[in-house]
Amino acid sequence: MGLLSLSIWMPIFFGGVLLALGRDEHAQSVRWLALVGALASFLVTLPLYSGFQLETADLQWVEKSLWIERFQVHYHLGVDGISLWLVLLTAFITPVVVLAGWEVITERVNQYMGAFLILSGLMVGVFTAQDAMLFYVFFEATLIPMYLIIGIWGGPNKIYAAFKFFLYTLLGSLLMLVALIYLYAQSGGSFDLATWYQLPLDSQVQTLLFFAFFAAFAVKVPMWPVHTWLPDVHVEAPTGGSAVLAAIMLKLGAYGFLRFSLPIVPDASREWAWLIIALSLIAVIYVGLVALVQEDMKKLVAYSSVAHMGFVSLGFFILTPLGVSGALVQMIAHGFVSAAMFLCIGVLYDRMHSRLIASYGGVVASMPRFAAFALFFAMANCGLPGTAGFVGEWMVILAAVKFNFWVGLAAATALIFGAAYTLWMVKRVYLGPLANVEVSALQDIGAREYLVLATLAVAVLAMGLYPKPLTDVMDASVVKLLLHVAQTKLP
Amino acid sequence: MIDYMAGSSVWPELILLVMTCLIAMLDLGVRSPHRNLTYVLALVTLLAVAALCAAQALDGKTWYAFGNMVVSDTMGNWLKCFAALSVAVTLVYGRPYAADRGMLAGGEIFTLGLFALLGMFVMISGNHLLVLYLGLELLTLCSYAMVALRRDHAKATEAAMKYFVLGALASGFLLYGLSMLYGATGSLDVGSVFKAVASGQIKHQVMVLGLVFVVCGLAFKLGVVPFHMWVPDVYQGAPTAVTLMIAGAPKLAAFAITMRLLVEGLLPLAIDWQQMLALLAVASLLVGNLAAIAQTNLKRMLAFSTISQMGFMLLGLISGVVNGGTSSAANAYSSSMFYVVTYVLTTLASFGVILLLARDGFESEEVSDLAGLNQRSPFYAAVMAICLFSLAGVPPMVGFYAKLSVLQALVSTGSSWALWLAVFAVVMSLIGAFYYLRVVKVMYFDPPLTATTVSAPMDVRVVLSINGALVLLLGLLPGGLMALCAQAIVRTLGS
Repeated sequence: MGLLSLSIWMPIFFGGVLLALGRDEHAQSVRWLALVGALASFLVTLPLYSGFQLETADLQWVEKSLWIERFQVHYHLGVDGISLWLVLLTAFITPVVVLAGWEVITERVNQYMGAFLILSGLMVGVFTAQDAMLFYVFFEATLIPMYLIIGIWGGPNKIYAAFKFFLYTLLGSLLMLVALIYLYAQSGGSFDLATWYQLPLDSQVQTLLFFAFFAAFAVKVPMWPVHTWLPDVHVEAPTGGSAVLAAIMLKLGAYGFLRFSLPIVPDASREWAWLIIALSLIAVIYVGLVALVQEDMKKLVAYSSVAHMGFVSLGFFILTPLGVSGALVQMIAHGFVSAAMFLCIGVLYDRMHSRLIASYGGVVASMPRFAAFALFFAMANCGLPGTAGFVGEWMVILAAVKFNFWVGLAAATALIFGAAYTLWMVKRVYLGPLANVEVSALQDIGAREYLVLATLAVAVLAMGLYPKPLTDVMDASVVKLLLHVAQTKLP
Repeated sequence: MIDYMAGSSVWPELILLVMTCLIAMLDLGVRSPHRNLTYVLALVTLLAVAALCAAQALDGKTWYAFGNMVVSDTMGNWLKCFAALSVAVTLVYGRPYAADRGMLAGGEIFTLGLFALLGMFVMISGNHLLVLYLGLELLTLCSYAMVALRRDHAKATEAAMKYFVLGALASGFLLYGLSMLYGATGSLDVGSVFKAVASGQIKHQVMVLGLVFVVCGLAFKLGVVPFHMWVPDVYQGAPTAVTLMIAGAPKLAAFAITMRLLVEGLLPLAIDWQQMLALLAVASLLVGNLAAIAQTNLKRMLAFSTISQMGFMLLGLISGVVNGGTSSAANAYSSSMFYVVTYVLTTLASFGVILLLARDGFESEEVSDLAGLNQRSPFYAAVMAICLFSLAGVPPMVGFYAKLSVLQALVSTGSSWALWLAVFAVVMSLIGAFYYLRVVKVMYFDPPLTATTVSAPMDVRVVLSINGALVLLLGLLPGGLMALCAQAIVRTLGS
């Protein structure tokens, strides 16, 4: 079995075993089996990186076999510079999330762990699929475990959030489905992405297809104005669910832009880039201001996620190697940082059962070790140089300034707003006088939480100090993609 | 006089008839309240008949028998095989339910179910207008009786009355349409009707008049708008085991009779009936999905969902003839066949779970009766969830591929109205996803009303597990069934 297939099916297999055999009476063995499965699935992805050849932009670790003969759908997998780090990120976050939910989840533990493992496998499938229908199946299938995670272990308004999440993202995806079927017919009966990249399409068709893809991916990213589901879902989802949602599921949409919109309809992408850039800037500035006034910590970080993802879509549609690479680095960095931010909020919520900033104050006095981590991750969220958050943002701002000074200036304000809402939240929650007696009675983090946060901290610091492994991997593929996008496909 | 080879093609029907009469007589002597002997004999008969049909289907030859009145072709044989299996599964799921409610006082449900299947067989295999009608009547008369089996239950009797009156009216419409076709073409044989219409010498208006009545009758059988009013009331009122009986296998027969009449008989009039079916499909998608949102009764909700699913299936049938050419016909009709087959499979499993919960004098009719099923019995909740996601068309369940096939058939016609129809169908599917999700929500997110675990006899558990697993497995590997449907349609259209 190829390495990519193993990366997809191993977590799904472990998840299936947990669903079938796990029982709440043996919750501890369920948790350990889940951790073993998640770690094994992560270890399986490491050879993907060590065996990856940096000079070529071609797909590597390719597997291809016929799956559905009737529609000529192939089980076609492959990674290139764009998707490799996303696969690694997905596999890395899964054991982190399993550890994070260790003590908090006490009911139907096997279903919780099983859902996350299966979700992890499906997301790796999305990032490695090279056949449009295979991509779509994995893309949609991720909705099911996430819907159940939000609805079973979520907060008071979980049902509203679960439905909003499912139906909102389903609507966009269904419109994309029609586009995929149309392309299938146009290409003479093929779902192969490589074939579609070469397919000539006239201008009107390209515009329609661009907006069909846009419908699906804009909701997923999420872009302003279809971002409203994210704050609602983040607030209601359990900590692990928020972490996975922010760290990886949002990247599914951004990845879709790179794999579908840019290469298949390049002329429309170039024509409508101004719209995406405008929406991204609105996300960065307006949503940054919205984040400033939030009283709920999770909602604040959710809006911050929208703003960071605005950077990603901005970088993509500047259509220069620096911009696209910067956006990709930002995606990976945001994956680590936002997962860490949500886990920190989870640590506080597990103890105080409140996400409101007003409930807290002076946490550093009772939880110094935790506050150190939380402050570090907050700095990463602001984009402090030396942390992962800086590299991607700096690259995108540089590319934006080269593209258009005013766009660059507007994007750079993200640094100001990011610092504003993050630092103000940190000040109100962690610093200052002890707010009330509950805060002073808080227990500092134990070994397990320390391990989780330390792992993420190391990753964030490493990325910030030495981002070369990321950019080295991405360079060849990004250049090849942009060369392709620069050519016209009009017949 | 009777050609041996051609005669062997009706062995499934003959075996079924003989065994059913035998079972009817043996049942008089059966004492046990669960009617074990009748049940086992019925299952054995059904499995044997299904195996025989499958063998004939794999053989791939087309036989005409009894003076061209009956045809045994690949599509028909596969549909017969699936129909027999569906009735077998229905009997497995329905027997505990029926036993609890005194419906097994006589073994009528078995005999009626088998005769209904015989009617379906005749419908599927018929090549003659009257034979098709005969099969339809045998199926529907047995269905009326089955719906009324719970004599002391007011709702069931009301449902049976509605079904009977409306069904008789619809059959009358169909018969009137068939008689017009006979009058116009001078023949009752489907092949001869095709030739007569294709020759272009028949007056078009007379043909279309007959066609309209035929489509009305077929639309009633399928349960599409605006001939759908019986579906919610009958599905809700009938005892759940009988609801499954009329919701499952008869859809296969309805598809077959639509194929025989409209495609094999009246293909030259495709431009006319495609337009009619398009309107029916759009209306069904709209009404079915929107009305289902308001339902609190699970059976009624599934009834409206059936209406919308049948509307979706019709979208495949309207994509066959494009600009007068039939090159995409096989693709279109096989997508509809795949849709119907997977729909019946999913319906069987979902009703199986409902029947499982309706034990001990407790009717699990309301959506809220499923509350907290995940905590009571995660396995059955998972089976139901798989079926619901499949009906909603969410990958990786098989329902997604069914929708994909139909949408692909639509889009491949190349016309822009077909593209907008595909977008419309997709938006309606989204609306449909809501009420399926609501049931998943009730099962997984709501606390249970009772803490009792769900108990089931061994045969129900085994069959339900296989059924649920199939819905998931066919979603992971749909190619085989798709190829089977495609090959069946190609062979049928070719002959």
